[in-house]
Amino acid sequence: MLIFLLRRLVQACFVMIIISIISFAIQDKLGDPVQQMVGMTVSPEERNQLRNELGLNDGFFSQYWRFAKGAIQGDLGTSYYYKEPTLDVILNKLPATLELAFCAILIIVLVATPCGVLAAIKPKHILSRLLMIVSSIGLSVPIFIVAILMVYIFSIELNMAPSFGRGQTTEVFGLWESGLFTKDGLKHLLLPSLSLAIALMPIFVRLIRAEMMEVLQSEYIRFAWSKGLSAPRIYFKHALKNTMLPVITVGGIQAGTLVAYTILTETIFQWPGMGFLFMDAVNRVDTPLVSAYLIVVGGIFVITNTLVDLIYGLVNPTVRLASHGL
Amino acid sequence: MNLLSVSNLHVNFHTKERELAALIDVSFTLNRGERIAIVGESGAGKSVLGFSIVNLIGKPGYIESGSIKLENKELTKMNLRQLQEIRGKRIAMIFQDPMMTLNPVITIGDQLVETIRSHTKISYKDARNIAIEKLHHVQIASPERRFNQYPHELSGGMRQRVIIASVLLLNPDIIIADEPTTALDVTIQAEILQLLLAICRDNGVALVLISHDLGVVSKVAERTLVMYAGHIVEEGPTLEIINDPQHPYTQGLLNALPQMTLPGQRLNQIQGSMPSLAERPSGCAFHPRCPYATQKCREQQPRFIYSGVSSVACFLVEDMLNEFAEQDQEAN
Repeated sequence: MLIFLLRRLVQACFVMIIISIISFAIQDKLGDPVQQMVGMTVSPEERNQLRNELGLNDGFFSQYWRFAKGAIQGDLGTSYYYKEPTLDVILNKLPATLELAFCAILIIVLVATPCGVLAAIKPKHILSRLLMIVSSIGLSVPIFIVAILMVYIFSIELNMAPSFGRGQTTEVFGLWESGLFTKDGLKHLLLPSLSLAIALMPIFVRLIRAEMMEVLQSEYIRFAWSKGLSAPRIYFKHALKNTMLPVITVGGIQAGTLVAYTILTETIFQWPGMGFLFMDAVNRVDTPLVSAYLIVVGGIFVITNTLVDLIYGLVNPTVRLASHGL
Repeated sequence: MNLLSVSNLHVNFHTKERELAALIDVSFTLNRGERIAIVGESGAGKSVLGFSIVNLIGKPGYIESGSIKLENKELTKMNLRQLQEIRGKRIAMIFQDPMMTLNPVITIGDQLVETIRSHTKISYKDARNIAIEKLHHVQIASPERRFNQYPHELSGGMRQRVIIASVLLLNPDIIIADEPTTALDVTIQAEILQLLLAICRDNGVALVLISHDLGVVSKVAERTLVMYAGHIVEEGPTLEIINDPQHPYTQGLLNALPQMTLPGQRLNQIQGSMPSLAERPSGCAFHPRCPYATQKCREQQPRFIYSGVSSVACFLVEDMLNEFAEQDQEAN
């Protein structure tokens, strides 16, 4: 276990270095931050002076070196717009995004699993066929259309749930602004998390169905039937556990897609999270904030996949993390 | 009364074009404590027969007609719930490949205990005790430790022992063993076979052994059914079938045993191969491969007739018997 974590840590360091180089390299491709910071009236000399002060005229490597030195100490630069350390700005918005993602994942797990299982057990049932049709449509319809449709139907026509913002939040442990504990907060969470979940749902329904169908063909399931076990026990204990192994792996990879989709969802629903912040930062050419965002997201991705591997090891007894250190 | 009687069983496989017959008019009986073997080449329908007894033929197979009776209970008419009470408790199965039969993500102990607890209402602790006792019974060393292990931590032979333990849990009346030793090492084959034989003998369990290995069959089974292309072609006491095979197919099978050939010689074989379900020949299904085939064999399906202690479905034997009968009449 310890070896596994150590190895993972080393891997993570490499990944983070590469992410930091990439995210830093795109900084000066986004546009001219000085243009955004000062008005039209500022003379070219003054602009150049500002560039010198910001260190924008230095070579790439000395700029990166300066950035990396700071990054190791937890300083990912200062936002041009907020005039605050970028990490603080992002971490401030992190709870909103994490809550959104958490709810979406919860919805995916709670809905996709039974749907996938049903479609696998009764492939010819009318509901399963419907599910397959809906999920192929879901795969091909972009998330922003789904989200906008949901806003139209549920907020505008039916007036059931608000379409923007987080609503009322409460402070947990003095550092976490949470919308999970108020009715208003949950109401606001409903549409964004639902559209985020819908975006990823089809893939999981189809994956669970396909894996489950394969597992149901296996000898150990036949043996379980021959022992006279009940159908629910065979489906939900014997088959589902084996079905979930590849699903967990894919789930970890899909974490990246989830992050990408939070940007879209948060923009549409004006959700004050990291994704929304990122879009703003791009528009304002707030390059340090953009780089910091990419690095934080990279970190989240690495952590998620490490957790996924740990969970995989717990579910699959043939993977012994401790002895192989893989 | 017979413990199990299968009569006129027809099993079909459903395909888009047509129904393919996998078992045709199969009948046999099994007495309490009796050990029978079903032999034949791959594709003869041995496994289908084994699985159809507890109605476990995988889709698209289904029982078309016929009856399977366990004492006086008709198994073919049972719903899933009723079948689940029979499966495992009264008729248990051992599968071919022990590496694939146990669920890889559930501990051995759990897989044993759940079997007991699905059929009887007892506490986990009591079920655990039974499971460990049975593991002990199949000669697994330190069963308490094995109980908490996962299948991949055990060797193939060990796993087959665990599977045998698992079919013993509920003291079934019948064990159906579908090629239980085929996937195992030769040295382990003998051990497992001995174990299976001892267990059936000691507990008065009836055994249906499905095998293509006549050597294995001769050691275990009292009676043997020979199958070809969905038919039973010969049936009789194992000794009789091995020493005096009547059907040309049985003769071919026995002739093909390596023991029948001197070292250095080419092994005997039956020419050709088993027809697939879709291209069953007319008349006697064996006629294209049979050295004695006549025009009659190509056109008509032979009936099952008694010949001494065995029964055979072959015109050759039938004609011979008729001739004897005529000679007898003339003599009288």
